[in-house]
Amino acid sequence: MNTFMGYERPDGSIGIRNHVAILPSVACVNGVAGMISRAVPEAISLCHGHGCGRGGEEAKRHARTLANIARNPNIAAVLILGLGCEIIKGDMLAERVAQCGKPVEFIQVQKEGGSLKAAKKGIEIVRRFIEAARKCEAEPFPLNRLTIGLECGGSDSFSGITANPGVGCATDWIVDQGGTAILTETTEMIGTGHILSQRACSPAVAEAVTNMVGQVEKKTFEMLGPHAHTVISPGNMDGGMTSIQEKSLGCITKGGTRPINGVVGYGERPDKKGLILMDGPGYDMESLTGLAAAGAQVMIFTTGRGTPAGFPVIPVIKVASNSGLYHNMIDDMDLNGGAVLEGKSIQEFGADVVDMIRKVLNGEQTKAEKTQIDPNIYLRTTGRSF
Amino acid sequence: MGRKFTIINPKDNVAVALQELRKDEVLDLESGGKLKILENIPACHKIALEDIPLGKTIYKYGEEIGRAANAIKKGEWIHSHNLQSVKMAGKEYEA
Repeated sequence: MNTFMGYERPDGSIGIRNHVAILPSVACVNGVAGMISRAVPEAISLCHGHGCGRGGEEAKRHARTLANIARNPNIAAVLILGLGCEIIKGDMLAERVAQCGKPVEFIQVQKEGGSLKAAKKGIEIVRRFIEAARKCEAEPFPLNRLTIGLECGGSDSFSGITANPGVGCATDWIVDQGGTAILTETTEMIGTGHILSQRACSPAVAEAVTNMVGQVEKKTFEMLGPHAHTVISPGNMDGGMTSIQEKSLGCITKGGTRPINGVVGYGERPDKKGLILMDGPGYDMESLTGLAAAGAQVMIFTTGRGTPAGFPVIPVIKVASNSGLYHNMIDDMDLNGGAVLEGKSIQEFGADVVDMIRKVLNGEQTKAEKTQIDPNIYLRTTGRSF
Repeated sequence: MGRKFTIINPKDNVAVALQELRKDEVLDLESGGKLKILENIPACHKIALEDIPLGKTIYKYGEEIGRAANAIKKGEWIHSHNLQSVKMAGKEYEA
């Protein structure tokens, strides 16, 4: 069965969830988003700490990321909240979303006469959106319409030999079905630029891979100088990792073995299918946000130490690297990579990951969806505010 | 009890211990061969699957993770004492 049930959006993308979202363009109106989502709990707010106080490339990246999150296919319709004097204008975000045909409305809190009036209007709008979204019928679509995001965080010495290679099998599967998988966290590719570039589909992509990894290596060297070797820590060494290549290979094994078809910047939507690299930070929360903006409908998150993190509108499948963690944080873990230590082959565990993806595609909720919806998103930030 | 070791990629010349392995233990390989452990090996650490001469490439994940800094015998522990890290972006990053 090579289809999944989803909701076709006006731009041709397919949602596996059918959420109505509230997106502030600036943190000043987060409280209004909170009032609306408390009154209408099905409407999910995507609050963040930015939208003003930054200019240049940083503001551009934040605006692009916010607009692309609103475009994520798991969102049926979106209410954008703006203040009126912010740098990332809410009406500009709404305009970008409207261009892809998605139902969108915009409220400017200053113009509306304050928070209570804005919230009242917002509640009416999201109730209307929810009514309309309920009428969307899920239909079967081929797996080549699927994008998965790959993430690891709180890794331990088992991550690279159980959970990550198992997820790599699932990545190869989705790529072989004609779908898309996005590997990110450039800091965790350090030392493997020459390996990844050999997997590029063309010389231009190979150059983009080399540049992306090379820039992070250069920055690491500038920051740490003679201590650059500490990018592999004593804890990593105790855990059996000897070289930075070995550590990074343990991370990028999530990306499977297929050719790399493209490289995109943080929060950019790839225009090709297959395996894609996204330039992004190692910080899990910012990384998940970048993957959501890139259009992932589902994310797979491997962890050795454990994390409760999910993402507001996207199912995140949490894969424990060892049985101790799986049982200890059972309310947050979906799959147990520790099975590889107890007799399963990596391929057999990979098949378990594929089964779980299929279930989640067809509506089964992940632990992070069941236990908690975090109403916040976290944007990659490199500069200081002014 | 569980599995004692894994070989991540068929190209690899190292196995990874999944639990602590003791000196003189003999492991059965899927290929039909045997692997005698020459020294105690902590969980998650690497063991040479074959004799690796000085300077030869050490493979894990099917990729180069470094070169042999001295001649390594089949069954020996591989770590910073006998694995030389390779260059990264023109800089030498010794592990």
